[in-house]
Amino acid sequence: MRDWLIYRTFWDLTVSGVALGLIYALIALGYTMVYGVLRLINFAHSEIFMVGTFGVLISLTQVFGINLFEDGEYPYRSGIALVMILIGSTVAAMVVSGAGAVVLERTAYRPLRGAGDTFGAVVLAFLTGLIASFLFTDSMMTNLMIAAVITGPLAVVYVRIFRKGRQAPRLAFLISAIGASMAMAEAGATWGRDERVMYKTPRVLEKKVLLNFYGADVRIDYVIVAFGAILMMTALLLFVNRTRLGRGIRAVAQDAETARILGVNVNSVILVTFLLGGAMAGGAAMMFTLVYDQTRFNIGFLLGVKSFTAAVLGGIGNIKGALLGGIVLGLAENYGSAIFGGQWKDVIAFIVLLVVLMFRPTGILGESLGKARV
Amino acid sequence: MSLTDAFRRRTAPQLRVSNKFRSLPKSARWSIGAIIIAACYFTPYWPDVPVLGWIVNTPGTSFENVLTDQIMMFILVALGLNVVVGFAGLLDLGYVGFYAVGAYTTAVMTSGQFSWPWIAAMPLSILMAMIAGVVLGTPTLRLRGDYLAIVTLGFGEIIRITANNSDWLGGPRGINKIARPPSFGPFEFSVLNAKPYWYLGFTVILIVIFALTRLENSRVGRAWAAVREDEDAAELMGVNTFKFKLWAFAIGAAIGGLAGALYASKVGFINPDNFQLQLSILFLAAVVLGGTGSMYGVIMGGILVAWIPERFRGFDTRRYFVFGVVLVLVMVFRPQGIIPRRTAAAGISGKEESE
Repeated sequence: MRDWLIYRTFWDLTVSGVALGLIYALIALGYTMVYGVLRLINFAHSEIFMVGTFGVLISLTQVFGINLFEDGEYPYRSGIALVMILIGSTVAAMVVSGAGAVVLERTAYRPLRGAGDTFGAVVLAFLTGLIASFLFTDSMMTNLMIAAVITGPLAVVYVRIFRKGRQAPRLAFLISAIGASMAMAEAGATWGRDERVMYKTPRVLEKKVLLNFYGADVRIDYVIVAFGAILMMTALLLFVNRTRLGRGIRAVAQDAETARILGVNVNSVILVTFLLGGAMAGGAAMMFTLVYDQTRFNIGFLLGVKSFTAAVLGGIGNIKGALLGGIVLGLAENYGSAIFGGQWKDVIAFIVLLVVLMFRPTGILGESLGKARV
Repeated sequence: MSLTDAFRRRTAPQLRVSNKFRSLPKSARWSIGAIIIAACYFTPYWPDVPVLGWIVNTPGTSFENVLTDQIMMFILVALGLNVVVGFAGLLDLGYVGFYAVGAYTTAVMTSGQFSWPWIAAMPLSILMAMIAGVVLGTPTLRLRGDYLAIVTLGFGEIIRITANNSDWLGGPRGINKIARPPSFGPFEFSVLNAKPYWYLGFTVILIVIFALTRLENSRVGRAWAAVREDEDAAELMGVNTFKFKLWAFAIGAAIGGLAGALYASKVGFINPDNFQLQLSILFLAAVVLGGTGSMYGVIMGGILVAWIPERFRGFDTRRYFVFGVVLVLVMVFRPQGIIPRRTAAAGISGKEESE
């Protein structure tokens, strides 16, 4: 996937760079929104994306019952069936990712804000029971049963501890995020019968070349990615700028304490933010699988780092900045690897970031979620 | 429960132990310290002690090697990273870069074309890591908080990818035949015997702890604390924040380079895969898990992060799942870390300290 990049023409690199950049941008939205309201690098967001790709996989193979190959051919679908499958899988990915993000927030972050609730206590108690059960037995069924039995009483204890909770230092959130990220990636790795394998997803969309743009092949999956990403981002911008909940998000991003005093339910605003970020990651997961036809437990890590870079590049906390940063990063990587060789791709991404931050210390568009902040 | 009650309840046990220790006569404190240090020198023999042995032993791998390749390195690295994160309050996600610079300097200088003696390569490794810290710090330390985090993360990756793509650094195959420390007296440094490395490494750790304690209580240490608590206020009070941040970076990098150099000369073979980004994250986890800014805390954090995955190797593929959940649980129930900073109460009370 590396060397052939060098031989491709400028427009070819541009088209695929923009497609990649849009996927970065969609993931970056999750980072940027959570950063805006919580000032937290949500390290586990890359795993929210990974969970979304697994959602697509399950939806395609289990719900729609599509095999990887049909009579040795790709299982192409067309017409209304294809549209149904694509929309269905996107919804599945968004639901799975959104739910994942919500569980993550309430389990790994909310207790650290001193606002832990029963839900988080139950999940944490279950996880404690699960890892304790690993000490005694290796059979997954027994593990789950032990964990289920322990959950009840332990959750009661946890809830009592949560009542005394208060705001944790900021680094604690980061480490909690890292821990959650590790646990989720490993859960993804040990999921299913075979461990740590690359899962191929059924290729339902025939990747026809739609038009030829100065010698660059504009494939149909790139067009879907572009339209989908723009659509989702427009919807998100409208939501944040026009609705009541969106106003809540902007208020918390500007000043959480004042927002709380003025009657905004900060915890539910944060929850909505995670839900939206997760849904965007789910959309990105669908587009990723559409273009690359595969997923793996650690697929999120590098994409996550890059997307976070894109968010910082555009100006973290800034929704339009995420779009711009994603596209700039995607293009820089593609052009850069054509010029210097594919093995320097990641170095180029970070050098672009470094140079931009030296001249514009808060990213290209500056930081803001709705409005400039001090 | 009132706020003061909550506060007392949280800090009381920690204060009690250290206060008791402090109230002992000087001779008693010195002898307790000496006993602990002596016991630590005998760590390689701990698996042979009845109860203790069952706790510390690592099934499936040699405890000696875990001790020298993992625990020793993590303690040193946690001490170094603590200067950057804990003392000066700068978030560094690319600390593995300095570790790699130290390791690669030793590797290049002692193997193949240069064949320097180990004793000469060691200071050079520290110096190179320090230079790397200054080179990275000069353009980036004007950035704040999380921007610094992502830039340093990029730096760590750049070092690894550069090593991977450069032939004179061995490329993906890495460098082997790295010199071992010279043997003296009964201490013979060889592949089969890891104990001398622990004696050497633990001595280095003691020296680093001593130096850092002096530093923390010096003018530099106070300047770091000022920068950490409120950078703008520090600047207004006349602290040259940039200079002291750069110092923190350079000193942290030097300790990281030292750890890397020791690691390279212990294992005798390194390649870019030894310096993955994930390692940086584990380093940071060690610092925060133990207690950011608290010297004994980060040592404990380093030990735990290095040792838990090895101790529970029986969990096999699930050990990182276990480790991840443990990180979340510790942060939820003890966010200041296992052994918090003594003056922590003033600094970490609210979210406003974040800026």
